[in-house]
Amino acid sequence: MNSQFPINQNFTKESLKKQFRLSEFLAEKIISSIAFLSITIIILIFFFVFKESLPIFHFGKSEKAKTEVSSESMPESYGSTSVEDLKPESYGSEPKEDLKPEAYGEPVSQSDLKPESYGEPVSQSDLKPESYGEPVSQTDLKPETYGDVVVEPLTETTTKDSSISEENQHQDKVAENNEGTDQTWSTFLTTEWVPVSNNPRFGLIGLLIGTIKVTIIAMLIAGPLAILAALYTSCFASKRKKEIIKPIIEMLAAFPSVVIGFFALIVLATFFQNIFGYDSRLNAFIGGVAMALAAIPIIYTISEDALSAVPKTYTEASLALGASKWQTAFFVTLPAATPGIFAALLLGIGRVFGETMIALMATGNAALLSSNPFESVRTFAATIGAEMAETVFGETHYSVLFFIGSLLFIFSFVLNAVAEFYVKGKLIKKFQGK
Amino acid sequence: MKNTKIEVKDLSLYYGEKQALKNISLEIPRNKVTALIGPSGCGKSTFLRCINRMNDLIPSVKITGEMLVEGIDIYDKNVDVVNIRKKIGMVFQKSNPFPKSIYENVAYGPKINGINNKTELDEIVETSLRQAAIWDELKDRLDDSAMGLSGGQQQRLCIARTLAVSPDIILMDEPASALDPISTSKIEELVHELKEQYTIIIVTHNMQQAARTSDYTAFFYLGELIELGKTNTIFTKPEQKQTEDYITGRFG
Ligand SMILES: Nc1ncnc2c1ncn2[C@@H]1O[C@H](COP(=O)(O)OP(=O)(O)O)[C@@H](O)[C@H]1O
Ligand SMILES: [Mg+2]
Repeated sequence: MNSQFPINQNFTKESLKKQFRLSEFLAEKIISSIAFLSITIIILIFFFVFKESLPIFHFGKSEKAKTEVSSESMPESYGSTSVEDLKPESYGSEPKEDLKPEAYGEPVSQSDLKPESYGEPVSQSDLKPESYGEPVSQTDLKPETYGDVVVEPLTETTTKDSSISEENQHQDKVAENNEGTDQTWSTFLTTEWVPVSNNPRFGLIGLLIGTIKVTIIAMLIAGPLAILAALYTSCFASKRKKEIIKPIIEMLAAFPSVVIGFFALIVLATFFQNIFGYDSRLNAFIGGVAMALAAIPIIYTISEDALSAVPKTYTEASLALGASKWQTAFFVTLPAATPGIFAALLLGIGRVFGETMIALMATGNAALLSSNPFESVRTFAATIGAEMAETVFGETHYSVLFFIGSLLFIFSFVLNAVAEFYVKGKLIKKFQGK
Repeated sequence: MKNTKIEVKDLSLYYGEKQALKNISLEIPRNKVTALIGPSGCGKSTFLRCINRMNDLIPSVKITGEMLVEGIDIYDKNVDVVNIRKKIGMVFQKSNPFPKSIYENVAYGPKINGINNKTELDEIVETSLRQAAIWDELKDRLDDSAMGLSGGQQQRLCIARTLAVSPDIILMDEPASALDPISTSKIEELVHELKEQYTIIIVTHNMQQAARTSDYTAFFYLGELIELGKTNTIFTKPEQKQTEDYITGRFG
């Protein structure tokens, strides 16, 4: 036994007895509980978003009441003029305008409707007995509107308008009775996104196509650029160059997207319009370019890490076989870093997919159906960003927006799952053998 | 020594300020196995990597002197380093197959040399694997990842990969140091067979291995070449005292 060190370990039953290490135990518990907490938070976020979208899944009576409430509160939300100002583009296309002339034609008179219907609850109760259930909540929800419209004495016009609106409401009611709750659902697969109207339509197809278009354009630009840049810094650049380039691009990753959006809106849009000469200044291409700017630093950073982590022995082996530098980079280093680069691309897609501010500022926000990259588009995320502030809590529009939120969540989840379990395996097999 | 393949004249190498090779001059014969022996850190690997200019990859390295292969100074400005390495292959101490399939590992060299014909590639792969005495073990699993092979198999695969570009010279840096005795003897047999066609330079730690496999032996000590001669002579009656001490295990 050597006693030159103060550690005295004898092989006795006593010294080998199991010990309880409090600090290790605590550390382990803390780590696991924090991990558990973060996972729970992610799941809770999803459930909250999903929960808010639940009303559109309710069939039958309760839903009917909801739809009517919303159709009633619609004119209210019109009363506040801000709605029009905020998203003029979505109303820009003519067919939509035709569909809700009443709503658009006389916003002032409509706001006048409210005091009317407020003042004479009897007439209203005649029209919609079901909506009676929640009149209080309604008033609670939009006190500002009522505050604005204290001016009540416009008697003559109001009666006129109210008669029109009564007709409208009648029509609505008939439609609702015929189609029931399926109305909201059935409009999902249409192409028109007209959430604010007496006959709201929530066509998600246009939004879906817009989102996909922008994502594809952005990734087609960002993917190759970022990966080539990463390949350059990890395989070709001298150590000093790398030490300069990498931190700079990494800083760009933290660039506020509103600035990128602004840049796209002011500079890029004009610049590319001069080159390509398309009609709509803000379109999917501009949005894609701007989002590529946001995605490049992310893809770059992660692929660069993956490429740098490829063991130098592979590079040496390749060079020793008489491969040139770029052959080594393309045929050895790049394939060896496949999993990491794949993860980088996925993160990039996630960033583009969920990017709200840039989409809002640079894509034109019109849900058009077209394969032309130079047409305006409207993405899911931008829709939520633009409209969430103007919806009424509990109304169908509100629920649909949350439903879109859930969709975003589910899409990225499915995308990642498929990529992780299927594509990645295939790629690895292809590049690295079974 | 007639029939010289490589002639080194007054070669010195510096890692930054530190001199790792001191005025090395020697001649290496064609189609023979030359073993480089010496204690750790004496510069064997450094010297070996000079022969195919792998040291170019280390930015701090500075080299003076001449390295003539077939009479041509490979450090001449007009010599393309890529072409040098095609003719002078290298097998590393730690086996380093690419994370690709076995087939792709061997086919990689020919492919970057512009051979894309499938039947031609198949033939090269088979010939190389046969030369490396590993064809029978691997022929049914050519599409499997090379990373799943044992250490000995990986090293022989690396040898096959080197052979696939048909070099003149093969440099081996302790190719068997991480292998079990059976794999080691397989590699040694391989070296013995390959010297018919190639000039082989092998760094080894292991005296017996040097004695068994090589025709000539060079003894390095502290960055200097102490002695180079026929293996028999070096191991039986070396000229230098230092060599004798090292071989008999008195130091190192
Ligand atoms: N990349 C390097 N940078 C600086 N010094 C190095 C480098 N590689 C090797 N050396 C030094 O050069 C000397 C010779 O190393 P090496 O050729 O690897 O020895 P051997 O292969 O004989 O064990 C050693 O002292 C080592 O520390
Ligand atoms: Mg060594």
